[in-house]
Amino acid sequence: MSTTSVMGGVVRRKEDPSLIQGKGTYVDDIKRHRELATAFVRSPFAAAAINSVDASAALALEGVHAVYTIDDVRHLGLNPAQVAVGTLRPFLADGVVHHVGEAVAMVVADDPYIAKDAADLVFVDYEPKDAVVDLKEAYADTVQVHDGISNTLLTWAGNAWWEGVIDLPDPSPGIQEAKERDDTVVVSLEMVNQRLIPTAIEPRAVLADWNSGYDSVELWSSSQIPHAVAGAIGMTFGIPSNKVRVVAPEVGGGFGLKLNVYPDEILCCYASRALGRPVRWTETRREASVASIQGRGWIGTSTITGTRDGKILGYELDAICDMGAYTHNFTVAIPLLGLFVAPGQYDIPTSYALHCVVTNKPTTDAYRGAGRPEAAYYLERIIDAFAREIGMDPADVRKANYWKPDQFPVTTQIGLTMDTGDYATNLDSLLERVGYEDLKAKRDAARAEGRLLGIGLSTYVEVCGFGPSALAGLGFSWAGYGLPTAFNGSGVVRVQPDGTCTVTIGTGPSGQGHETTWAQIVSDGLGIVMDNIEVQHGDSLDSPVGVGTFGSRSLAVDGTATYEATTRVKEKAAIIAGHLLEAAPEDVQFQDGGAHVAGSPDRSVAWAQIAESAYQPHTLPEGVEGGLESSVVFSPPNATWPFGSHLALVEVDPETGDVDLLEYWATDDCGNVINPMIVDGQVHGGIAQGVAQALFEEAIYDDVGNLLTSSLADYPLPAAENLPMFNLDRTVTPTDVNPLGVKGIGEAGTIGSAQTIVNAVVDAVSHLGVKHIDMPLRPKRVWQAIEDARK
Amino acid sequence: MEGRILEVRISVNGVDHQSDVEPRTLLVHYLRENLSLTGTHVGCETGYCGACTVIVDGRAVKSCTMFAVQADGASIQTVEGVADGDELHPVQEGFWECHGLQCGFCTPGMIMSSIALLEENNDPSEAEIRHGIEGNLCRCTGYHNIVRSVQYAGAKMRGESPQGASQEVSS
Ligand code: FES
Ligand code: FES
Repeated sequence: MSTTSVMGGVVRRKEDPSLIQGKGTYVDDIKRHRELATAFVRSPFAAAAINSVDASAALALEGVHAVYTIDDVRHLGLNPAQVAVGTLRPFLADGVVHHVGEAVAMVVADDPYIAKDAADLVFVDYEPKDAVVDLKEAYADTVQVHDGISNTLLTWAGNAWWEGVIDLPDPSPGIQEAKERDDTVVVSLEMVNQRLIPTAIEPRAVLADWNSGYDSVELWSSSQIPHAVAGAIGMTFGIPSNKVRVVAPEVGGGFGLKLNVYPDEILCCYASRALGRPVRWTETRREASVASIQGRGWIGTSTITGTRDGKILGYELDAICDMGAYTHNFTVAIPLLGLFVAPGQYDIPTSYALHCVVTNKPTTDAYRGAGRPEAAYYLERIIDAFAREIGMDPADVRKANYWKPDQFPVTTQIGLTMDTGDYATNLDSLLERVGYEDLKAKRDAARAEGRLLGIGLSTYVEVCGFGPSALAGLGFSWAGYGLPTAFNGSGVVRVQPDGTCTVTIGTGPSGQGHETTWAQIVSDGLGIVMDNIEVQHGDSLDSPVGVGTFGSRSLAVDGTATYEATTRVKEKAAIIAGHLLEAAPEDVQFQDGGAHVAGSPDRSVAWAQIAESAYQPHTLPEGVEGGLESSVVFSPPNATWPFGSHLALVEVDPETGDVDLLEYWATDDCGNVINPMIVDGQVHGGIAQGVAQALFEEAIYDDVGNLLTSSLADYPLPAAENLPMFNLDRTVTPTDVNPLGVKGIGEAGTIGSAQTIVNAVVDAVSHLGVKHIDMPLRPKRVWQAIEDARK
Repeated sequence: MEGRILEVRISVNGVDHQSDVEPRTLLVHYLRENLSLTGTHVGCETGYCGACTVIVDGRAVKSCTMFAVQADGASIQTVEGVADGDELHPVQEGFWECHGLQCGFCTPGMIMSSIALLEENNDPSEAEIRHGIEGNLCRCTGYHNIVRSVQYAGAKMRGESPQGASQEVSS
């Protein structure tokens, strides 16, 4: 498809010159005249009744404009952008708090210092209650988080989510039978996939400006989903969508954290309308830890039943999944996403029960990978344990159970269709590059000298590019937000009268380089040079629809819409250029900033001339309308299924339990690649977050529900010294779901990596009798596991 | 709060400023609010993330750990002041060439720490680079390309002609 060299090539990012000079505009860099600042009064208790709130001292402070409680905003109803399962979060606590950090009152003042001082003066009379913190206790339901409501909101079990839609066989009886056979081995492990705090380096920030003259509102928010935020604001205040402009300017990292419509976004609009002035809120780091969302938080048992020659006859996963106190945007859908990929790359009967349980902790929602890292962890850890039990190489066990390339498209056990895959080729390519046999010999030699080297392998398949309109009816939609229901993508391509080009998309970057990648797509199609293409994003009024940046969906969905809009602009431009060149449109080719007649490069016309003609209808051929733009909405027929193989080499210090990550290799397959440099960068960052879960990070609560890791001092993000260089490669298996053949890469690194590290560490110490160590594998835990095994 | 107002004289990116500040004003807020130099970012306000790193009298300093009044008389360089007119600083060029940034939020601080590092030693080993930027957290890049960016900048500062990302990517 390529007529120029930019598609599939390394192109330096268009966004960088601004960012490296400190000229990027994040929400906190925007100033409005007469703006006011906000601070929230937050609960110090995980569970308590609120007897009263006394704001009189705060209101008496000079510079304080308002203190709002639920009594002021109850009439707004509930945030519409919440999945309608379980108890929804009120805009401010309504008589009871359910986690530490829950907002009870909102103070608006002249500046943030005064707002904080005033928030300290708001007196809240709490009556503490028993908090439900431990997941197993929550599941036992002896104490209820929400009075009179079972802690288990729902269980994704068997084929329950499709029930009544598709008739599917239940694999459980077959698995039970296999377990009872004499020639099978059953291997089972209980494992924790701990709670994490997403931790974008830019805290969330919000600035609302209500214009009472037009009764319209502008909101700047560090968000992955400005259109959904706009939809929720419109619904809450009863104003139409064309009166709400939500702008996500530069966004300093998302990772799912900024994929919610948060109460503060609505409350700042409310305050701005009430006070007639712009209102700002900027999250503190502690608030980012306790008041936005967290991720993961599963405890579960995975079990494999198989024969000694490596054939897996059944996989079972039974897990309790921590929803936190309230359900938000996707909360209960996260385990469902895990369920989609629970059997991984394998043709194996799978049975699962994922119990969605509430606790007195902050809400969990999408964090990079969102259910898929958890699923990959439980599966790939137990496959390793099974391989060890039967004495087979873990790579061979995997290959013995893969779907084969000629089986695609594969219909999974729960009725989803996997587009394309070639798993064994991908794994073999990794093993060959690594020098797997030599590496194993090196490990064994080191072990003979008493050094603890370990090799860890994991493969994965993920599901992304949401999403197919067919799934809209099953909850994969923004239906509750007043937006078109399905997760479609949009792209508007407009050639300007001077021959430059503006591209407007319904999804925006929080680091993924959309401006560059999209410009490559358009440049490739139209032959307009990269420097003459500007990509607009993140403004809810600019693009007709927008779903947002999450689930590795931007390129596969909005990128495809842009590609198709480009094709239409090109068709019309060929007519205009053909007219100017006195050639047939089919003979016109676009390249190097203009068009020429095929085979006669000197019969050419520059884009500036084509565009000039396009905007002067009297110069156009009969029947051709003026203007040169196209707006396309793309509805993907299916999700995409990227996959890959990761391998790590670690060394464990037997004296201290310290884990040294020596080498890391990954061979991912995300279909076609538009900018390899950007794709590699996504994988680097993804792996770093998986390694972070494996070795460093954990949201730790005490038994009354206090978060003990709310600062970066206690919640150790990996620093440069904690990570190695990453050795990357790719295989390319294009999808047939979109014409670009692209699948998505934002989450792959994270989905493939945590279990790779744990498999490596367990490999290093398994000969000492260690079967499993729960993440994060900090030195004390590893040392303790070695000690316990020795006893 | 009843704040005394103090007068400070601070040179920022070669421009002298005389300002009235409250004693509790952090240097990072002084730069951002009083001088509108918003390239210096706030990621934690507690000294852990490094997004607020600037160079104060030649040393990389986290500007959220210092009050503006403590910088009285100091000479400060921020990310807005490192390019020479239209010519990027080698470290800025390195970050662009080697894809050393994604969301860009950590980047100004990362660039300032890298400049301080390379001004002391323009030929650091990978380990020295990783150690030199350990006070700056990046959530996006996994540091791989940041290390490459600093290596690129070091080579450039040594008068070599380093190669950018096109030489680095996987197949
Ligand atoms: S804002 Fe200064 S170190 Fe984080
Ligand atoms: S580039 Fe996003 S935090 Fe470093």
